Amino acid sequence: MKLISCEGVTIGYDGQRAVNNVSFDLEQGDYLCVVGENGSGKSTLVKGLLGLIKPQEGSITFDGLAPNEIGYLPQQTVIQRDFPASVSEVVISGCLNRRGLLPFYSRLEKERAAAKMEQLNITDIRKKSYRDLSGGQQQRVLLARALCATEKLLLLDEPVAGLDPMMTAELYQLVAELNQSQGITVLMVSHDLDSAIQYGNKILHMKTATAFFGSTADYLKTEMCQQMMGARKND
Amino acid sequence: MIELLTELLSYAFVVRALIVGVLVSLCAALLGVSLVLKRYSMIGDGLSHVGFGALALAMALNLSPLEVAIPVVAVAAFVLLRISENSRIKGDAAIALISSSSLAIGVIIISYTSGMNADTSNYMFGSILAMSESDVLLSVGVSVVVILLYVLFYNKIFAVTFDESFTRATGTNAGRYNTLIALLTALTIVVGMRMMGALLISSLIIFPALTSMRLFKTFKQVVISSAILSVCCFVAGIILSFIFSFPTGASVVVINLLMFVIFSAIGLVKKAIA
Ligand SMILES: Nc1ncnc2c1ncn2[C@@H]1O[C@H](COP(=O)(O)OP(=O)(O)OP(=O)(O)O)[C@@H](O)[C@H]1O
Ligand SMILES: [Mg+2]
Repeated sequence: MKLISCEGVTIGYDGQRAVNNVSFDLEQGDYLCVVGENGSGKSTLVKGLLGLIKPQEGSITFDGLAPNEIGYLPQQTVIQRDFPASVSEVVISGCLNRRGLLPFYSRLEKERAAAKMEQLNITDIRKKSYRDLSGGQQQRVLLARALCATEKLLLLDEPVAGLDPMMTAELYQLVAELNQSQGITVLMVSHDLDSAIQYGNKILHMKTATAFFGSTADYLKTEMCQQMMGARKND
Repeated sequence: MIELLTELLSYAFVVRALIVGVLVSLCAALLGVSLVLKRYSMIGDGLSHVGFGALALAMALNLSPLEVAIPVVAVAAFVLLRISENSRIKGDAAIALISSSSLAIGVIIISYTSGMNADTSNYMFGSILAMSESDVLLSVGVSVVVILLYVLFYNKIFAVTFDESFTRATGTNAGRYNTLIALLTALTIVVGMRMMGALLISSLIIFPALTSMRLFKTFKQVVISSAILSVCCFVAGIILSFIFSFPTGASVVVINLLMFVIFSAIGLVKKAIA
């Protein structure tokens, strides 16, 4: 079942096109990795999908997916360094979209937040202030928040940036598990081609326009992919 | 001390000032946490100056001050919010322009109609005598609405303050809650302005939040601490104002400043020990 279909999506800033005529489909259960160089429009595309920026052309259609069923982990979160907020306050704020207009979190949401913190191994720091955490810990807190927000689709923009190798491997493992055992559809922006190929069943390679979209197996056969793998082996 | 308090409470105007002041301090402190963290402090400042212009106009036209100021400042809240959300134009410069223009227009209206006198100083720096009985009713009504809405939307206000784009991306109408914050701020400012003074009311919004953030590290703690601190500073300020006949607003601000220094010192000591 198609969850999202993008057709000829173009997004720009001040007349400059950052995403040019990109089309792809996301099926339920997919693990789509979006790769491409810096500035190739990956984050812009994600923001377009989330409705944070309006596309100038093309259409993005959601099928059986409401805006409040999406979890999102931003590339950079512009949160002030001195923002007073505890880990549990941040995590449970992901449950907000399940409340509608109801004012307070119920026991259900509190349990949900607790479960996600347990899953990401941050239960013991739940009372700490978000601003006092390391970059990797902050990333896990934001992932727990994203998980609170969704059961269907997770959009992750470079989630492993700044994580140590152990944490990186753990996070990939975790996302793969969410995808396989809980059936959460994943769209991950990544610079790590190896794990993109290892975990993703589909690849979208962006160069402002679509350079490649298709299954991972097909991607491996392209010259572009071999070039990138080769280039990396040489350095 | 007891004697002083009974004397204080025997004046109807002091009781009125206390009732309105405590409620306004509470509202200002609650909203202030979000405004400071969202870097919207300038909006508070701008709104109070627009409020000053509106008050002056109301006086000149012989209309009820609050009934003119509330709609004018509410509209200004929308405008200032749009300006600061739109980063392409220099937000804070535009707000500064609007706020000093309103102040200037207000001063001109006042000096044209009644001349610069003690009233003008009261408007700018606050007066304990400002509240009439009907003002008190309206102010209490407005404050209760502000506090109720804040409590009901607390979780949403936290989410929008902490990370607006995540909140928007996951399906919450963040713009609506920004507008709510700006509107509640407008109401609070109008109600508190004559007692605190147009030039000083915005400090009621900024100080408690900043002071609390010196010591507390979670949002809830900061909100609660700000509320308590703000009310205590207000009451202390009004006593100071009564004893020495200082302008009310100025007295409250000085007490707030004192608390800020104390909290900062404790914060530094705590850090040094840890
Ligand atoms: N807010 C903005 N205003 C103007 N231009 C922008 C803005 N954000 C991004 N751009 C431009 O759009 C283009 C694509 O940026 P985008 O952030 O989507 O790239 P990316 O693929 O995510 O890069 P990276 O790998 O570095 O994260 C870049 O040329 C960038 O300069
Ligand atoms: Mg990016």
